[in-house]
Amino acid sequence: MGAWRIQGESGEWEAVIGLEVHAQVISASKLFSGASAVFGAEPNTQVSLVDAGFPGMLPVLNEYCVEQAVRTGLGLKAKINLTSVFERKNYFYADLPAGYQISQYKYPLVGEGTVILDMPDGSTRPIGIERLHVEQDAGKSLHDQDPKRTFIDLNRSGVALMEIVSRPDLRTPEEAGIYLRKLRSILRYLGTCDGNMEEGSMRCDVNVSVRKPGEPLRTRAEIKNVNSVRFVMQAIEHEARRQVRAYEEGGKVVQETRLYDSHKGETRPMRAKEFAHDYRYFPDPDLLPLRLSPEYVDVIAATLPELPDEKKDRFMRDYGLSPYDAGVLVVERETADYFERAARGGEGVGRGGRDAKQVANWVISTLFGLLNAKGLPVTRSPVSADHLGKLVDLIADGTISGRIAKDVFEIMGETGRDPADIVAAKGLQQITDTGAIEAAVNQVIAANPDKAAEVRAGKVALLGWFTGQVMKATGGKANPAAVNAILKKKLSG
Amino acid sequence: MALTRDQVRAIALLARVRVPDEGLEPMAKEISGILHWIEQLNEVDTEGVEPMTSVVAMTLPMRPDAVDDGGDPAAVLKGAPEPVDGFYAVPKVVE
Amino acid sequence: MSALTDLGIAEAAAGLAKRDFSAVELARAHIAAVAGARALNAFIVETPDAALAAAAESDKRRQDGRSLGVLDGIPLAIKDLFCTEGVQTTAGSRILKGFVPAYESTVTRNLKRAGAAMIGKTNLDEFAMGSSNITSAFGPVKNPWGPPLGRAGNKELVPGGSSGGSAAAIAAGLALGATGTDTGGSIRQPASFCGIVGLKPTYGRCSRFGIVAFASSLDQAGPMTRNVKDAALMLGAMAGHDPRDSTSAPIPCPDFARAAIAPVKGLRVGIPKEYRIEGMSSEIDALWRKGEQWLREQGAEVVEVSLPHTRYALPTYYIVAPAEASSNLARYDGVRFGLRVPGETLDDMYMNTRAAGFGPEVRRRILIGTYVLSAGYYDAYYLKAQKVRALIARDFRDAFATVDAILAPTAPSPAFAIGEKTEDPIAMYLNDVFTVPASLAGLPAMSVPAGLSAGGLPLGLQIIGRAFDEETVLRAGAAIERAAGFDTRPSRLVPAKAGKGDR
Ligand SMILES: [Mg+2]
Ligand SMILES: [Zn+2]
Repeated sequence: MGAWRIQGESGEWEAVIGLEVHAQVISASKLFSGASAVFGAEPNTQVSLVDAGFPGMLPVLNEYCVEQAVRTGLGLKAKINLTSVFERKNYFYADLPAGYQISQYKYPLVGEGTVILDMPDGSTRPIGIERLHVEQDAGKSLHDQDPKRTFIDLNRSGVALMEIVSRPDLRTPEEAGIYLRKLRSILRYLGTCDGNMEEGSMRCDVNVSVRKPGEPLRTRAEIKNVNSVRFVMQAIEHEARRQVRAYEEGGKVVQETRLYDSHKGETRPMRAKEFAHDYRYFPDPDLLPLRLSPEYVDVIAATLPELPDEKKDRFMRDYGLSPYDAGVLVVERETADYFERAARGGEGVGRGGRDAKQVANWVISTLFGLLNAKGLPVTRSPVSADHLGKLVDLIADGTISGRIAKDVFEIMGETGRDPADIVAAKGLQQITDTGAIEAAVNQVIAANPDKAAEVRAGKVALLGWFTGQVMKATGGKANPAAVNAILKKKLSG
Repeated sequence: MALTRDQVRAIALLARVRVPDEGLEPMAKEISGILHWIEQLNEVDTEGVEPMTSVVAMTLPMRPDAVDDGGDPAAVLKGAPEPVDGFYAVPKVVE
Repeated sequence: MSALTDLGIAEAAAGLAKRDFSAVELARAHIAAVAGARALNAFIVETPDAALAAAAESDKRRQDGRSLGVLDGIPLAIKDLFCTEGVQTTAGSRILKGFVPAYESTVTRNLKRAGAAMIGKTNLDEFAMGSSNITSAFGPVKNPWGPPLGRAGNKELVPGGSSGGSAAAIAAGLALGATGTDTGGSIRQPASFCGIVGLKPTYGRCSRFGIVAFASSLDQAGPMTRNVKDAALMLGAMAGHDPRDSTSAPIPCPDFARAAIAPVKGLRVGIPKEYRIEGMSSEIDALWRKGEQWLREQGAEVVEVSLPHTRYALPTYYIVAPAEASSNLARYDGVRFGLRVPGETLDDMYMNTRAAGFGPEVRRRILIGTYVLSAGYYDAYYLKAQKVRALIARDFRDAFATVDAILAPTAPSPAFAIGEKTEDPIAMYLNDVFTVPASLAGLPAMSVPAGLSAGGLPLGLQIIGRAFDEETVLRAGAAIERAAGFDTRPSRLVPAKAGKGDR
């Protein structure tokens, strides 16, 4: 992907983009209380008095949330800070019960790391992670339930979040999209966040500025709470163009927070704040510094799953896949697992050592199509990995042709049946008996003496037509290679 | 450091404590006096001193990830000014 | 036998054990005393029914041979900063008027589990911010040592603060013991003003769960009693590790009461020379020297120590405490509980509620705290204070390398009249000059009544100990108590008893 340039009157501009992602930690209970962190309950049913900021209530840290954040840090190849500090971020809002959010500021749990972008051309591009810190979520304000009032639901108040802050290394909307998808992929592999942007378990703040290539950074605007990958990309596009327009018209860009309006396709400033922001961070005196031992981190590191980048490398190395194919297969762990099972053969299934490239092709071009059409995740695929593997085996050992295999796959998709059964039941075995093929060839030649003469006279291009006729005559079951060989022999004079 | 009326107004807004206009000046005087008294700390050489945030010489304890609280909306809404349909309610916020 | 309301906890427990009287009789005597002393305004809420019910249960247990121990059936007063299930908890503030928690603080739960009978919630400075109890939204408490009730002319005296209601209640015989909380002196200073014992334990000894927070890194609950042994008994019931408070120390509690009877022979006691401040009254100085003498006579070794950053403790405290308070009090916003004063917008509602709900001292401290944490000032004020705090703690560590305990006055003066020192906040803050350093260092410290001022008002001496060494504090405190032979009965309650100052 080439650099994205916005053409202005005064020349070309480039965008500088950084993302702050709030990822909800997968845990049973909240970061500092024993209330459930599950999404979607009735209002205020998952609220402890700690979450509601009642007098005398005190926070007690959830050890699993810490473990999850450390796991995420390790997955981002980041430095785990053995001492980190929870601080209070003070501001008033109706859905922030204590009047402060417990967050991390000067001493985050996780320091610098990297996310590798897999570009469409097969190349990779590293994006710096500045930090990851752990914090509580606020509650939810509902503004549209009543003409005069805002309603407050504190179910989300206190749920653990990881704020993952990238360096301003991104340059195009596409890169931002690839980054978000890759981050989501890593989080899902790790099992630390489900990455569901619709339910708000992954939310994104976008920092955008523009500059002439080679210039130092200019003023950035922050677009708050964009809730889909597509909207993030659109918001960047609109915001970057808006800033270029502003500069080109002799205006300036102010540092501010903006909202993305997906209906109008524009960003606009948030309500002018009558109250200046001054969060007055200070270490939370209800909590002590969080200290972890190197051994603690090592234990978590030892249980880390193979992550997309490593898997991709391994798929290229062990299965000879192209970077693109490997990259596509590892986005979701379930897909990668499916591919591997199909390629290697499960226990007692197939003979192993299948043509992995062929398996990859089947997964990417045929299986994905089926799953898309049916709106199913790979874990609920009607065609099991074992069955797909068997199908490839049936092609490899000459039982069926590739063309027949497509038909068999279609039936598998509808019925979930074993391909061998389908082939047997429908009599789809390839005809490899040369006698039977020869008979069919003779029949076709006999029926078309003129065309046969033309071939014999040198019009070799007609051979393909004969092949087609023979295949038709055998119901597609004849081995095409054998058909060709016999045809050549018979028509070469 | 002497605080101005405007500074007091700004702090009062930040703290969401209404100070009437006529109260700004006296409050500025009072707080300035206290700050002035506090500033004797500047005499202390704190070069290289680690700030002390807690007197407790232990690491942060943690709890297991168990759901053992919540589930009682009546308890959290009891005594709430003007609750509506299981929600807390506040004057409408325009975003 | 003396009146039931004159007893100490240990004596009352002995009387209950011997069936000299029942817990219900004990409760009735105190309920009557509380009702008879309403003029003191020591209580915000009286809970006679709950006290009687608890006492009846206690009597039943005792009859069944299942007594819970020394606190079983003992009437206690609870500072209205402790959340008590089903009983209004206000922190002395209008903003929490009518707030009835559905939960119990760990400390009061511990006391109730030990069988104590709560007879009411005591008055205090609003959100524990004050040294005189005059900032309470429920009116000031009167010191029982003030002029005899009904005598005109003389001004009523403050009981000290912020645990002024608790201190007054003990001094006036309205409860056998009371809980207090101490952030910068709020147990010790009113104990000194009211002639009782007040112990602030090591930070982390008693759970802060369920106590309305003032300054979280300083707040600590402790007992207020008539004598040292009672303080030890009560502390034993209050203290202990609580997983619901992350700053609660996972350290087992020793037998505090046993420590209180140990002799001080061989104990090394330090006299911090920096506490001999300019303008200290001669009677305080004389009492302090008397304390030295008493300890020496009982075999302790008294040496001078240096706590060089002492004079910076108060200004440090007046950054740290308001900063934490400004954040802790943000939750009182009219959204979920407590007072709401309507407004056009959410922010109007906040500002109306908080202006009406908080008194002037609380408002002032919130503004100071907000300011010292704000952008551009954090380093100059808050960070600086945190560093000086580290130096103050280091001073104590250094001193405790050579001594086992430190002896100092509790307060720079006896109780003053209600209405005095109200114009000048700094003059009021100076009340805590001797108590704040130990608070900043998180150390245990106790005020023991040691004598009377020229005006006939009680004066306390303070013992400061190493972290988690309340035992030595109790031991040294008991030695002072023995030598002082202080009669804790305020003159106003025994008008017949002449010679307690001619006011
Ligand atoms: Mg952010
Ligand atoms: Zn955040």
